[in-house]
Amino acid sequence: MDRNMRPLLRKYKRKKRIDDFKTVIVTTAAIVFAIIFLMPIILTITNSFMSASEIASNYGSIFATTEKGGKVFVSNKVNLKLIPDMITFAQYIAVLFKSPQYLLKFWNSVFYTIPIVVVQLTIAALSAYGFSRYESKAKKIIFFSYIIIMLMPYQVTLVPNFLVSKALGLYGTKWAILLPGFFSPFAVYLLTKFMRRIPTEVMEAARVDGANEWMIFSRINLPLCKGGLASIAILLFFDYWNMVEQPLILLPDSDMHPLSVFLSRINTGEISLAFAVAVIYLIPPLLIFLYGEDYLVEGISYQGGIKG
Amino acid sequence: MFLLPSLIGVLLFFAAPFVVVIFYSLIDNPIRMNFVGLKNFVNVWNNAAFKQAGINTLKFSMVAVPLAVVLSLFLAAVMESRIPGKSYFRTFFLSPLMVPIASVVLIWQVLFNYNGLVNDFLAGFGIAKTDFLKSDKAMVVIIALFLWKNLGYNMILFMAALASIPKDLLEVAALEHASKYQIFWYIKVRYMSSTILFVAIMSLINSFKVFREVYLMTGDHPYETLYMLQHFMNNTFASLDYQKLSAAAIIMFIVVSALVFVMLKVENRFGRDVEG
Repeated sequence: MDRNMRPLLRKYKRKKRIDDFKTVIVTTAAIVFAIIFLMPIILTITNSFMSASEIASNYGSIFATTEKGGKVFVSNKVNLKLIPDMITFAQYIAVLFKSPQYLLKFWNSVFYTIPIVVVQLTIAALSAYGFSRYESKAKKIIFFSYIIIMLMPYQVTLVPNFLVSKALGLYGTKWAILLPGFFSPFAVYLLTKFMRRIPTEVMEAARVDGANEWMIFSRINLPLCKGGLASIAILLFFDYWNMVEQPLILLPDSDMHPLSVFLSRINTGEISLAFAVAVIYLIPPLLIFLYGEDYLVEGISYQGGIKG
Repeated sequence: MFLLPSLIGVLLFFAAPFVVVIFYSLIDNPIRMNFVGLKNFVNVWNNAAFKQAGINTLKFSMVAVPLAVVLSLFLAAVMESRIPGKSYFRTFFLSPLMVPIASVVLIWQVLFNYNGLVNDFLAGFGIAKTDFLKSDKAMVVIIALFLWKNLGYNMILFMAALASIPKDLLEVAALEHASKYQIFWYIKVRYMSSTILFVAIMSLINSFKVFREVYLMTGDHPYETLYMLQHFMNNTFASLDYQKLSAAAIIMFIVVSALVFVMLKVENRFGRDVEG
């Protein structure tokens, strides 16, 4: 090797060592974060396989104190365990076959979430096409007001929703949840952003070839937005599967509540079941997440920049 | 034509009733309908519960939103550097997004209980135990839950923004001996300013929704530092006081609009020269 190369090589080696060191630090930080992020999910899942007595001996003190609300002195430590002493499916069997009320609430969740996702997406696809196809001053104003509605928290939008459902006699029925969900402007906003990226030349070419608006929409625009539709469907599903505010206000009858609301009331007495119910409730979004993560990431990425 | 279905729905369920809300906020009650001007607003504004709820929500937002922006930017930076198993980390960081809050509330209660894991952990450093959910530290628990849920989402937004910075610009900067610090502040943050704004707005909006977490953890009547605006609204819904509800909704509408407007203005000033 050339003598002149040596100092350079040394320098390179030192730089590489520093880089390696940095990688180790950053990776460690990432691992720590990952553990913090995953812990609650993993613990919930492993705890669902514990027997009722094990749960009671581990956490009995916690839920005994919260139940009475007072400060009961509890000497035994809470025993948070990752691995159950004995794996049992007893909790799942109890939930699935012996306590129908949880399953009922689970189906409530399904019957709220699925129609909202499907209908909101359908309506949004139509109007996103309308927004993205031809520009006009009026459309700009309407689109902007959609954004404003989208940004408003439930404290604001639930008051109008409540008044309408009262006026139309929907209050207390599932339609009070479904209809505002159908017309929520979130999907319209996001899908419009997707559709604006389709080059107008494509659509113009189709028009020259004799396609009418409906054909352009259904044969060209929709297929080109498949990824967008999938990612918005996933985001909507997570959002409505997790809903709490709307049912609390619009559904006085707790039998009609989705599991997302009902789950928090199990604490007393049936705490061991609660973990199993929590996991059952987690399974649909988990599967969707694992299957559609790339769509999800794409969908979120498109959201950046309100003005865009 | 294509707009019609959505337009009718939005008008019927959001826009038209909002006009009714404005009307209700200006009258004394729905039967007599006397015009009372701003009296309802003054009443709500002076209502002790509303004030408490407003201050709590604001406090929460003031802490949670900056933390959400900074920490998710940090995570995005971690994801941008050279680490093994990147796609796994992305999955891990994003996973809380799909978890229904109701499913993890149990574990959260176990962690932050008086006898819970976090207290045990802190006791190892000689820090006295606190009953988190029934003390002034309750806010810490909720902020932790909020960040846990939202960081991954923000991280994806920042990763997308980082990826969209023109590579040649970074190369030129490196050639001209710009330090890493300079590259970060003068190029990356500049280019990401619209995303930073977007993340801040979304975090702010989500921070108004944090009632969900509080409700599932502590129920209808939480410790007073956790009494949020949505609790106030729920209790007002229960008493069917339309005037109070309407006035409160409009006050919040104005506050949220004003905050978003200010943020848009700030971003315009800051990111003006990089916008295409």
